[in-house]
Amino acid sequence: MNKKHNNEQKPALTAGIEEIKEIKHLTPGEKIKKFLVNNMVTILFVILCGIGLRLSGLSMAFYLNDIVNRIARNSFLILALIIPVMAGMGLNFAIVLGAMAGQAAIIFVTHWGFGGPFGILLCALLAAPGALFLGWMTGRLLNRARGKEMITSLILGFFANGVYQLIFLLMIGTIIPMQNEVLVLSSGIGLRTTIDLSDGLRYGLDDIIRTPFPLFVLMFSAVALVVLVVLLVRMRSRQLAVDAPKRKKLIMWSVFTLVLLGWSLMTHFSLSQINLVRVPTFTMLVIAVLCLFNIFIVKTKLGQDFRSVGQDQHIAQVSGINVDRTRIQAIMISTLLAAWGHIIFLQNLGAFSTYGSHEQVGMFASAAILIGGASVSKATVGHAILGAVLFHTLFIVSPLAGRNLMGDAQLGEYFRTFVAYGVIGVSLGLHAWRKLIQSRK
Amino acid sequence: MQRIRDRTLSKESFVLQMDGIGKEYYGNRVLNDISLAIRPGEIHGIVGENGAGKSTLMNILFGMAVIHSTGGHDGTIKIDGKPSHISSPLQAMQLGIGMVHQEFMLIPGYSITENIKLNREITKDNIFSRFAGERVKTLNVEAMQKDARKSLDTLNMNIEEWAVVSGLPVGHKQFIEIARELDKTNLKLLVFDEPTAVLTESEADRLLDAMKHIAQAGIAILFITHRLHEIIEVCDTITVLRDGHLVVQKEKENTDIYELAEMMVGSRITDVTREIPDISAKSTILSVKNLQVDMPGESVKGVDLEVKEGEILGIGGLAGHGKLGISNGVMGLYDSTGTVMFRGTPVTLNNPFSVINQGLAFVSEDRRGVGLLLNSSIELNIVFSAIQAHNEFVIKRGPFSQMDDKAIRAYARKMIKDLDIRCTGPQQPTRRLSGGNQQKVCIARALALKPKLLFVSEPTRGIDIGAKKLVLETLVRLNKEFGMTVVMTSSELAELRSICGRIAIVTEGKIAGVLKPTDSDVDFGLMMAGEINAAG
Amino acid sequence: MQQVNSEQQINRFDHVKKQILSFGIPRIIIIIFLLSLWIIATFLDIPFPRLLSDTIVRWGMNGVLVLSMVPSILAGTGLYFGLPIGIICGLVGGLLAIEMNLVGFPAFLGAIAFSVPLALLVGGAYGWMLNKIKGSEMTVATYAGFSIVSLMCIFWAMAPFRSPEMAWPIGRGVRVTISLEGRYARVLNEFLSFDIFGVMIPTGLILFFIFMCLAVYLFFRSKTGLAIKAGGENPRFAQATGIDVDKTRIIGTMLSTVLGAVGILVYAQSFGFIQLYMAPLFMGFLAAAAVLIGGASISRATILNVLIGTFLFQGLLVAALPVANRVATLGSLAEISRIIVSNGIILYALAQKSGE
Repeated sequence: MNKKHNNEQKPALTAGIEEIKEIKHLTPGEKIKKFLVNNMVTILFVILCGIGLRLSGLSMAFYLNDIVNRIARNSFLILALIIPVMAGMGLNFAIVLGAMAGQAAIIFVTHWGFGGPFGILLCALLAAPGALFLGWMTGRLLNRARGKEMITSLILGFFANGVYQLIFLLMIGTIIPMQNEVLVLSSGIGLRTTIDLSDGLRYGLDDIIRTPFPLFVLMFSAVALVVLVVLLVRMRSRQLAVDAPKRKKLIMWSVFTLVLLGWSLMTHFSLSQINLVRVPTFTMLVIAVLCLFNIFIVKTKLGQDFRSVGQDQHIAQVSGINVDRTRIQAIMISTLLAAWGHIIFLQNLGAFSTYGSHEQVGMFASAAILIGGASVSKATVGHAILGAVLFHTLFIVSPLAGRNLMGDAQLGEYFRTFVAYGVIGVSLGLHAWRKLIQSRK
Repeated sequence: MQRIRDRTLSKESFVLQMDGIGKEYYGNRVLNDISLAIRPGEIHGIVGENGAGKSTLMNILFGMAVIHSTGGHDGTIKIDGKPSHISSPLQAMQLGIGMVHQEFMLIPGYSITENIKLNREITKDNIFSRFAGERVKTLNVEAMQKDARKSLDTLNMNIEEWAVVSGLPVGHKQFIEIARELDKTNLKLLVFDEPTAVLTESEADRLLDAMKHIAQAGIAILFITHRLHEIIEVCDTITVLRDGHLVVQKEKENTDIYELAEMMVGSRITDVTREIPDISAKSTILSVKNLQVDMPGESVKGVDLEVKEGEILGIGGLAGHGKLGISNGVMGLYDSTGTVMFRGTPVTLNNPFSVINQGLAFVSEDRRGVGLLLNSSIELNIVFSAIQAHNEFVIKRGPFSQMDDKAIRAYARKMIKDLDIRCTGPQQPTRRLSGGNQQKVCIARALALKPKLLFVSEPTRGIDIGAKKLVLETLVRLNKEFGMTVVMTSSELAELRSICGRIAIVTEGKIAGVLKPTDSDVDFGLMMAGEINAAG
Repeated sequence: MQQVNSEQQINRFDHVKKQILSFGIPRIIIIIFLLSLWIIATFLDIPFPRLLSDTIVRWGMNGVLVLSMVPSILAGTGLYFGLPIGIICGLVGGLLAIEMNLVGFPAFLGAIAFSVPLALLVGGAYGWMLNKIKGSEMTVATYAGFSIVSLMCIFWAMAPFRSPEMAWPIGRGVRVTISLEGRYARVLNEFLSFDIFGVMIPTGLILFFIFMCLAVYLFFRSKTGLAIKAGGENPRFAQATGIDVDKTRIIGTMLSTVLGAVGILVYAQSFGFIQLYMAPLFMGFLAAAAVLIGGASISRATILNVLIGTFLFQGLLVAALPVANRVATLGSLAEISRIIVSNGIILYALAQKSGE
C-alpha cells in the first residue's frame, strides 16, 4: 500500500502536517453531516424511542422507574463487552459463559440459604474462579478460530448452554448431590425451571442504599461537576494545544451537569411523582466503579497492549507482545465481569428461569452497546450507558406502543426482537463492508 | 572523517562478527560460508540480486523462527566479541540489534509517541499495580513523549510527537521507524533493509544524511540496497553476495559502481554462444504502449514493449520494480491502463476472459495463490480454463452442460506424459505434487488453451534444479515446435540469458532497455541497478 | 526379513492412523455414540426396525435442508447460516398452496412452484449482500437469518390469509402451527412406500431426496457449477480465468436458498405441519451440523457428506430419545445431546485451520 505514493509528495517533510491540520478544519455544515453519518444508528434509535414513548402513553414517573431499574440491572453486563472490542476480538457473545458461572454461583448460594449483601458477596467470590476458567478456555478457542471470533463465540454460547443443561438438569441429584425441595424437581433430579430469589438474594445489592431519583441525580451531578472542574483546572495549568478540543467538550458537559443539578434541586422540593422513583444507588455505584475501571485499564500497560493487539496483531507480535496471552486475558476479564454482571441482573430480577435467563445475555448486551454507537472495533463506556438507556427504553415502550398502534402487544414484542437481531446484523454487516472497502484501497 | 579513525581500533571493538555463516533449507543450500565484521560507527553495505541470500542472512541475525524450525545455521555470531546464540527476534533486540523494516511496522491509529514506544512504554506506579503487578501500571505519557521528542530531534524531525501516524507521508513513516530504533537505549547495530525503495529522491537523500548522522554517534549500520550509488555514497565497507556466496568484500575507496554491478550479476552461464534467431524481419504480435499497472509492490508506470512473432522475450529486473506487473496487467489480473494490441486487434484491459479468448495465456508467478486449485485434481486443473474459455471438454445439451470425463481424462494423460508430470494419476489433488510438477500442471493448463502467445512468470521459482531445466526446455520446445511466442518474466538473469533472444530490463516501473543475452555482465548489472537508462 | 515385515507393519499402522485422523475424530466419536445407542436400545427391548424406519424418514425429511449447505460452502460463502431465509421462502409458498385450496401432489408441487421464484429473487439479493461483506459471511448471515425470522413474525401476525386452516378464528394473522392433514401431509412419504423386515421405506421421500442430490451433483459438473466451485476454492484462480467471482457467489447463494425453500416443504409434508414464527430460527445450525458430521468443512463439502451426515445426525437424535426415556425418564437428554452435538461439531469446524 505504502509503495503507491512514490513520486508525489516531493516537497519537504513538513507538507504532511499541513494536510492533517487541514482535515481538522471542516465547515459547520460538513461537521454536522459527519456527525449524523457517524452516529446514524444512535440517532435513529433516539427518534424511534421518542416516537415509542409518545405512542405508549406512559407517564414519566412510570417510565423513569422502569428504566432506572433496567439500567441498574443491565449496564454491568453491557460494560463487560468493552475490553474484547478493544483487543480487536469483536463482540464477545461468549459472555453467556460468564453469565452461567454467575448463575451457578447464585444457585448454590441460594441452596445454602444465604441472602442479602453477604450472599451477593459470596456469589461474586464463588463465581470468579469458574468465570476465569471458562474465560481462559474461551480465549484459547477464539485464538484457534482467528478471524472468526464472533461466530465462534456465538456458537460457543449455544454449546455451553447445552452443557449447562446437562449439569443442572441431569447431574443435579445424580452426580452432584443436592437435596432441596424448593430448588430440585420432585423426581429428585434436576433443578426446577424457575428459581425464586425473593427470600434470599433478591435486591441484595439494590437495597443497600436506595435514594429518590432527584436526590440521586443531585448527588450524581454534584460529584460529576467537581470532577469536571478539577479536570478543567488541571488542563488549564498544562496549556497544551492537544487539549483544546477536549476542553470544549468538558465545558459543554459542565454546563449540562449544571442544568441537571438545577432540575434535580427543583424536582426534589416539588411534589412531583418522580420523587417516588427510588434508585438502587449502591448498584449504580458498583456500575460507576466498573466504568472507572474500564477507563483506568485503557491508561495502563495492559490496556495499551489490548489496544496494540486490537489494532494489528502482526505488529504487536513483532514488537514482542504476547498476542495470544493478551487476547486470552481480555476474554478472561470480560467473562469475569459478565459473571458479576449477571449476578447483579438476577438479584434485581428476583426470580429467574433456570435454563433460559442467561441464553440471550450476549445478544441483548451486544445489541445495546451497538445502539449506543459502538462498533465491532470501537466501544466506550459512553456507548454502553447510552445504549443501555436506548435499548431498554425500546424494550419498555414497544409492547405498549404495539398495542396502542396495532391493537396487539405481541407485535411490539416481535418488533423489539427484530430490532435486537437486526441492529446486530446491520452493524456487523456495515463493519465488514467498511473493512472490505478499506482493504481494496 | 571520524569513522576512519575507528578502523584503527583493536579487534575487540567489533560490534558484530559473523563467521562462516551457512544455511540449508531442506537440502537446498542457500548460504555458504559468509563472514563479515562491523565496527561501531561503520556503515556496511550489502548488495546482491534477489535470491543472493541477503534476507536469509538477516533472518539468521534476527533469530527468526524460519531459521530455527528448519534446523538452524552453520557458523558463529559474535556481538561485542562475545559469542551469541540468537534464538528469537526478542533476543536480537535485547542484544542491541535493531531493524528498519521495508514494510512499515507502525500502527496507523497510534500517535508517533505510541508507535515509538510500542511495547516499551514507560510506566509509573498506581494504587493497583502494587498488588496486581507490572502490567496494570499506568502509562507515563509525558515521559514517553519526552523520549519520542528526543529521538525525533536526533533525526531533525520538526513534527509533533502526538500526531497520528496514519495521515503522515511515507517518508515520515520511515523516519519514525528509525526514531523507534534510536529510542532503544542499548542500540548498537541498525539494519536498513532497502529503506529507500519507497522513498522519493529528496526523502532518500535525507535518509542517507540521517544514516551518516547516526553512524557518527557510534552506532553501526548494515545497509541493504539495490541502489549502487547510494552504497558508494554512504558505506565504508561493501559486501557483495551472489547465489549464497560472498563474492567480494571491499573498502569503498577501492571500488566503483561498475565493478559492483559486474560482481552482483556475475557470469554463470556457458550457453551464451548458442544461435540466437534473427527476429528483426518478424512481424509484431503484441505491442504494448504506455502500460500502467496498479499491482501492489510491482507497479508498472508506463511501459512500451513490442513482442515479435515466434520469439522468446525475457523480462528481467530486480524485485519490486514492476517486471511482474507487465504480464499481470496485460492478462487483466490487476487494474491497468494503456494500449495493448494483439495481432492487430486491441486487447480489452482488465478483462481476463476476453484476453484469454484472444489467444493469450498466462502462467502466474504465484503458483499456489493464482495458478492452481490446490484441492482439485490434476485433470480438472489442466482443462479448467479451456472449459470456461472455449467450451471444450464439456458435452452441451441445450442450456445444460456436463464435464466430458473421457475427453478430459485422455487429454490429461497426454499432458502428463508430454510434460513428464510425476504423479500417482490424473485424479491426484495438485496440493500433493512437488513444486516443479505443480508448475508443469500450470503450463499444461495454459497449453490447453492453445495460445498464440504465452506469458510465463517466474517459472522456476521454488523448484529444484532438475525440474528447472525441464521447465525451461519445455518452453524452448513449445517455441521451436509450435512456433509459440513466449514472454518469460524471471528474477534469474541466468535463465533468461540461457533461453531468451532478447531481454528487456525493468527498473522503477519502466523499461530501462532491451539487451542481448550476449551483452556484458556490467551492462546487465548497471541497468538492473538503475544506473543507466535506455542502453541499446 | 522380519525387520522389513515389522517396518511394513508400522507403515500400515501409520497409514491406518492417518486414515482415521483424516476421517475426523468427531465423526468417529459420533459413530461410536450412535452404535452404542443402538446396542443399548436392543438391550432395552426398543424395536430396532422402528428406530431404523424413523431414522430413514428423518433422513429424507431433513436431507434437502442439509443439502442446501453444499452450494454455499462450495461457492466460498461458508456454512449457510442464512438458511432461515430460504426456509421462509418455502413457508410462504406452502401457505400460498393452501390458500389456493390445492390438495395432494398438486398442492406440494404448487408450493414448490410458488416458493422457487421467490427464493431465487431473495437468494439473489442475499447473495449480493454477502458480496459486500466478504470475510464475515457466517456472522452476518446468522444475524440476517435471525432478523428476517423475527421480521417475518410481524408479517405472520398480520398476514392476510383467509383459509380457515391457517387463520386464527378471530383477529388477523396465521396460526403458529398449521396442520397439513388433508392437504399435502406425507404425499412424498406415502408414495410407493413399503415395509421390509418391519422397516417402513418412504420410497417417494427417498427418491425425491436422491433426485435432489443428483441434480446438485450434476449441476456442479456443469460449466457454471465448475466455475462456482473454482470461485469458492480459489477466487484469484477463478478471476485469472475470467470468472466473475461475485456472480458465482450469488448463484451459489441462490441455489442454497432454493434448496432451503424446497427443503422445508419436504420437511413439512413429512412432519405433517407447517411451523411458523420462531420455528426456523435454529434450523440453519442443525443443517450445518449434519453436513459437518458427514465430513464437510467450512470450505469443502460433497453430496456424500450430506448423505452420511444427515443419516448419522438424525440416527443419533432418533435413538437418543427412547433410550434416554427408558434409562432415567429424562426426556430432555435427547434435546440436550442435540444442542451439544450440533454446536460442538460447528465449533470443531470453526476451530480448524481454514484451508488446511
